Amino acid sequence: MSMFSSLSPVARYIRASRMVAVCVLLLLLVALAALAGPLLNPNDYITTDFANRFGQPTMTNLHFFGTDELGRDLFSRTLLGAQVTLFVAVIASVVSLGIGVIYGAAAGFIGGKVDAIMMRAVDALYALPFVFLVILLMVAFERNFLLIFVAIGAINWLDMARIVRGQTISLKHREFVDAARLIGVSTPGIIFRHIMPNLFGVVVVYMTLTIPQAILVESFLSFLGLGVQEPQTSLGALVSNGVSHMERAPWLLIIPASVLAFILFCFNFLGDGLRDVVDPKKKA
Amino acid sequence: MSLLEINELTIRYADTPEPVVKGLTLAVERGESIGIVGESGSGKTQSAMAIMGLLPANAQVSGTVHFDGTELTGAADHVLNQYRACRIAMVFQDPRTALNPYVRIGKQLRRILLEHKICGRAEANVRTLDMLNKVGLSDPERQFRAFPHELSGGMRQRVMIGAALIGEPDLLVADEPTTALDVTVQAQILSLVRRLHAETNSALLLITHDLGVVAGNCERVVVMDRGRLVEEGMTRGVFRDPASEKTRALLLAAPHIDSIVMSEPVSADTGPVLEIEDIAVSFKERRSKGGRSLHAVKPMSFSLQERETVAVVGESGSGKTSLARAILGLLPADGGQVCFLGKTLPAHIGARKNTVRRNLQMVFQDPLASLNPAMSVREIVMEPLRIHERGKKKAGLNNDVAVMLASVGLDPGLAGRYPHELSGGQAQRVAIARSLILKPKVLICDEAVAALDGTVQLEILKLLLAEQERSGLSLVFITHDLAVVRQISHRVLVMYMGRLCEIAKNESLFTRPRHPYAKALLSSVPVLDPDARPVDLPLAGEASSMLSPPTGCLFHPRCQHAVAACSESVPELIDCDGSLVACHRAAELDLGY
Repeated sequence: MSMFSSLSPVARYIRASRMVAVCVLLLLLVALAALAGPLLNPNDYITTDFANRFGQPTMTNLHFFGTDELGRDLFSRTLLGAQVTLFVAVIASVVSLGIGVIYGAAAGFIGGKVDAIMMRAVDALYALPFVFLVILLMVAFERNFLLIFVAIGAINWLDMARIVRGQTISLKHREFVDAARLIGVSTPGIIFRHIMPNLFGVVVVYMTLTIPQAILVESFLSFLGLGVQEPQTSLGALVSNGVSHMERAPWLLIIPASVLAFILFCFNFLGDGLRDVVDPKKKA
Repeated sequence: MSLLEINELTIRYADTPEPVVKGLTLAVERGESIGIVGESGSGKTQSAMAIMGLLPANAQVSGTVHFDGTELTGAADHVLNQYRACRIAMVFQDPRTALNPYVRIGKQLRRILLEHKICGRAEANVRTLDMLNKVGLSDPERQFRAFPHELSGGMRQRVMIGAALIGEPDLLVADEPTTALDVTVQAQILSLVRRLHAETNSALLLITHDLGVVAGNCERVVVMDRGRLVEEGMTRGVFRDPASEKTRALLLAAPHIDSIVMSEPVSADTGPVLEIEDIAVSFKERRSKGGRSLHAVKPMSFSLQERETVAVVGESGSGKTSLARAILGLLPADGGQVCFLGKTLPAHIGARKNTVRRNLQMVFQDPLASLNPAMSVREIVMEPLRIHERGKKKAGLNNDVAVMLASVGLDPGLAGRYPHELSGGQAQRVAIARSLILKPKVLICDEAVAALDGTVQLEILKLLLAEQERSGLSLVFITHDLAVVRQISHRVLVMYMGRLCEIAKNESLFTRPRHPYAKALLSSVPVLDPDARPVDLPLAGEASSMLSPPTGCLFHPRCQHAVAACSESVPELIDCDGSLVACHRAAELDLGY
């Protein structure tokens, strides 16, 4: 359910579009900080300083977020983690858009046996135990940063393919598709000009909702120690590390966890707001 | 004191500039029947909702609604609940959505009695069965246990009327109770409402856009226009001598069977544009291995001349739309062939050449569903040109679109709008513009005006006829509305359960129908004359199941003229004074209308 369902459509549209604007702005700020921050910050993420282990957040030496158990600057490491997290978000959206939408639309529109075979393949991929798959990949190909993205990408388009297929099936029986056939539009023309634009709303909304999932999966894998390896880091890895020191230096847990939560919130609210905004019927 | 007194009722929404109902004052006496007529957006349904306390929370209501001395506007829900069902009951337009699909019919009716503590369970059962019987459901014992989906639309509306009347209300509000139904079913439902109204002495408030429905069923009539009451009076007086401009316009626009025929005669020397030979459509029933199939259209043939309008009429489920889709190649035909200008066309549209495709176009029933919501009006109307006239300059295309929009009566300034920003009439004009821009030879209109208001309907029909006059377009006009048929067609095809009953000239069908079913259809249409005696139940029962059709003539189970031969052999189409009729007794029956 949408958050604003009790409001009139117009009021809902205005509120939702404001929320979307705010979320996009906040996410852009996070991205900017993650990319440009390390360039401006004198402390890098890799230099250890044993004299200053578990340093509290302080303005001196510009350790805004304090330092970790090896004396590394947590601010730089958090920004690095955010970079990885946003990178995961990009990968997730590219894969689910690129593979998921085309795969789903093709299966739905062609229908029949082709559809059955394509969707059973999706079911088969769903059935693989994910963590087990990741561990197998790690064993087979050694620990590799990219493998995580391959694994996340591989599961991420499945949901999108299913959603898009369902939408396509309901769209292809609509009268405007018949009308398009009558005026002579070819099948690819119908898929690209008539089906795809009407999928846009669902796809955008669903994408903003799968991104947090992908981010969480990466964090989960890093938390288990299967993800990004030292000295590289991600927000999940930072949280995992923070947990083991949370009595002595709670900021090691609280700060990365807050940043992670903030990013997730932004994506979730963005999805919720977009759901109301992209529906053309709700515009006044 | 009147039963219901509405005084200066005004309903306003925050996001609309104008109030939807402006200062409505109306009194309803006990046992009276009043019709409220008006076009969509005239505020008639909003007023009814206000009486029932069913307006959405963001509606601002001022004025008073007194029912039997109690103020209903602003009353709390628990107060209103004492009135709903037992004192005031409502029948909604769409019987499909007004019943709970998970609860058996009998339970839904019984619950009304139990909820209001009108009687105990045992008596409630008896009264429910009694009511199901009263509203004309055969085998009430079985229907009591049926789920809503097991009943047809007409039967469900009967159940709704039963549900409304079971609490013995003093006032029955019926909001477009027959709009979603076929004419024959409409006639049945209206005769039921009339009978029950007379028997129970409850007041009736009948809301409708159809003046014919009011003429035969209401003593008084109220005409609304843009939220205002513009005329009120005894039905006969208002129909004979309308005082307001709006009433006159509504009466003029209301299509009725004795309307003026608008179509010009066809010249005889032109050859057929389209010839349909033995076309048939069937659907395989899924899951059953034996594969029973449903014959939506049984083999039939007819032809279409240049500049001719052929109307196809029949109840819903008679195969009209399947026939159209098969002709266009959107639905594969099982057999038979479609010849366009003497050339046989492939059955599937994908295999037809573009030069042929552009000549066979269609306008659909729901204009909004047939326009791509993601495309602007300009893109929609331009798309056919992009496919068929490649290489033409963008400016030229834009110009063509503007000319086309103007010729269907649309402001070319609307070109940048999206379908959801258009009214129903505007959207249908866009759909017509899209199909006419290719200058087709044949245009198939599938219930193209059914969803539109009377005045808009008339404009669209005039537009199509003007186009026919100008370019020699041939029209196949699929409709259930016989008044429209009367107005625009040259010839009429009457279909029943997928088979042709009669092909006749406009004039001969309406003056002397040959097939009993054609006659039944004609006499079901509400007449605009308040003095005409409504025919009680011209056609009883419902069409048989398409999956187990009767033997012989498909219509014989409902036909009052049926003889033994009718159930034994299928009647062939035979020539009867120029009409083709599929009836064994066509020659001997005199069904003069």
